Amino acid sequence: MSDTHAQSVAFVRDTAIPAAPAPANETGPVKWLRENLFATWANALLTIAALFVIYLILSATLPWILGGVWTTSSLSECREVLAGETGACFSVLSERWNQLLFGFKYPSELYWRPTLALVMLFVAAAPVLFFDLPRKLLIFTALYPFIAFWLIWGGSILVPIVALLGVVGGYLVYSRFVTQSFATGFFGGIVAALIVWYIGGFITEALAPANPMLAAVPSRDLGGFMLNLMLGVTCVSLSIPLGIALALGRQSSMPLIKGICVIFIEFIRGVPLITLLFVASVMLAYFFPPEANVDLFLRVVIMITMFSSAYIAEVIRGGLAALPKGQYEAADSLGLEYAQAMRLIILPQALKISIPGIVNIAVGLFKDTTLVSVISMFDLVGMIRGPILASTEWNGVYWELLGFAALLFFVVCYGISQYSQWLERRLATDHR
Amino acid sequence: MADTAETQKIETPKMEVSDEVAISIQKMNKWYGAFHVLRDIDLTVYRGERIVICGPSGSGKSTLIRCINALEEHQKGSITVDGTLLSSDLKNIDKIRSEVGMCFQHFNLFPHLTILENCTLAPIWVRKTPRKEAEATAMHFLEKVKIPDQAHKYPGMLSGGQQQRVAIARSLCMRPRIMLFDEPTSALDPEMIKEVLDTMIELAEEGMTMLCVTHEMGFARQVANRVIFMDQGQIVEQNEPEEFFKNPQSPRTQLFLSQILGH
Ligand SMILES: Nc1ncnc2c1ncn2[C@@H]1O[C@H](COP(=O)(O)OP(=O)(O)OP(=O)(O)O)[C@@H](O)[C@H]1O
Ligand SMILES: [Mg+2]
Repeated sequence: MSDTHAQSVAFVRDTAIPAAPAPANETGPVKWLRENLFATWANALLTIAALFVIYLILSATLPWILGGVWTTSSLSECREVLAGETGACFSVLSERWNQLLFGFKYPSELYWRPTLALVMLFVAAAPVLFFDLPRKLLIFTALYPFIAFWLIWGGSILVPIVALLGVVGGYLVYSRFVTQSFATGFFGGIVAALIVWYIGGFITEALAPANPMLAAVPSRDLGGFMLNLMLGVTCVSLSIPLGIALALGRQSSMPLIKGICVIFIEFIRGVPLITLLFVASVMLAYFFPPEANVDLFLRVVIMITMFSSAYIAEVIRGGLAALPKGQYEAADSLGLEYAQAMRLIILPQALKISIPGIVNIAVGLFKDTTLVSVISMFDLVGMIRGPILASTEWNGVYWELLGFAALLFFVVCYGISQYSQWLERRLATDHR
Repeated sequence: MADTAETQKIETPKMEVSDEVAISIQKMNKWYGAFHVLRDIDLTVYRGERIVICGPSGSGKSTLIRCINALEEHQKGSITVDGTLLSSDLKNIDKIRSEVGMCFQHFNLFPHLTILENCTLAPIWVRKTPRKEAEATAMHFLEKVKIPDQAHKYPGMLSGGQQQRVAIARSLCMRPRIMLFDEPTSALDPEMIKEVLDTMIELAEEGMTMLCVTHEMGFARQVANRVIFMDQGQIVEQNEPEEFFKNPQSPRTQLFLSQILGH
């Protein structure tokens, strides 16, 4: 209280001032409009200019979209129906709908299989994305890759079962030996898994039924947006753990591990993804034994995963560097082992800081899956550029097709971005 | 510095010091690169002893107590904690760390965990205590430091003094036999210093072996049974607090005390 007036030196309040509502022109939409859109002359001018630009855009696109034709069977028919009026030729979407989503070789009577796999993906991803859900659901998440593999590729059910057994065997050996030392457990687990897979390979071959329950579909028959989704989901979920491992390896005090991680990261970051994809399509086969004949899909997954894991590793390294040294010291002083300290203290905090960066890379990765169209895989963009635009019926419908592709990608990427913002709010515990 | 603890009128009971050795440091030396931080440190701490370490900034006080639980490694000499020789063997280091509690100047609570989770984490993962039991222990110690009602908040929502008391409770949940404090009150506002010192005094009264780097001379007078003065990486003088403050022997100690008590 200022004491400029001599008479106000001593003051005691003996009645309370009752609470009153704020003046009407200081609340509600009027206030909002006045403060945000028409605060000053310049502000008002900008608002009007912006409204005009919005009008221009809508007046150009709305008639085109609303006047669109959905039911013809070629571009020339579209033109006839429209008879000079503005309007889009969306017929290409309805006519080639399945090709856009599944590619042009996936057997149409089997479309239910990838569709079911997609529905199950949501169930499998839910407990990972929303960790308030019951932890038991994670069992389904762990089984999902094998189920999805079987649904999409079909063939003998023994293949995913052997793959699963290999993972289980590897895990059992790992948990048995990890108490001795992490390296013993880790490499023991890998060796065990390889042995199971090797033996399982013979059994699968010997027992392969002539008519499997689900007809086999080769990788080269996959296509459309399904291929983008498969590459995106597989590569994101593989590259985050690999990225974490690389980031921790880069911090390691063991020179060999640190060296390998640094060289890997720096090399991958220095090479364009498109070169890696060309390597995958033509050259990677040389690195594997000739009889292995590694699937093109798998080769592309390896390349994209390596590519994005290097970037994710750098983002996570930033998160690790941002943690105060005291966190490491507190964890150490409580007697936590390295793996415990990382898992319980360091990574949860570092990953939280890294969420925006990781999401950035995941979104970029998902969009980069369209690059496989240049190595003659028929993903969504590959389908549009190849079979659809090259056909006599639809030669020339660029806006509708590419706009549709953009919309599909936008929906998925916007969803990822919204999720990450929710996640950041959910994890915010430092209420400062 | 205000003698916050001294203003309190608790009659400190005679605290037992046994002749069992808790920490034994012999001819310990440490270098940071070419910089000789700790020189020929010899120190024996008996069970139940409360030792206050003081000295000018950069004299190596923090480094000394951080060597005791191997947050820093020493290059020469030996440190034995509770009969376990501190070597580069990870098993020994983890054993010592789970027996020795440590409180830091900046609390170093885990911001992504609630207060209760902060306290139960190490017992559950290191001691393999069942969660229920660990939570009961944690609540016991949170009551002891007088903040049981904050158990489900996050560290960021607590005041500095409360955070430091949580940090003490977190260490106590591991049932340590020795507690190390590195300037636990120097990041706190004066009114919060008292609540933390009270907690430490209570701990001392229960017979905890304590090594405490602090400039709270009132606290040293009240609870310490030995005060150690360090300068330039060496133990320059040590004595009972009474004698130490009344009759400092070395000129360096006299200068330090005149500076710290002078105003
Ligand atoms: N990681 C490090 N690398 C190099 N020198 C260091 C390092 N940590 C501390 N030092 C140096 O070692 C000396 C002792 O540091 P220490 O932190 O033990 O001092 P202190 O007595 O605790 O001082 P303060 O009262 O300021 O905390 C200081 O000169 C400091 O500069
Ligand atoms: Mg210090």
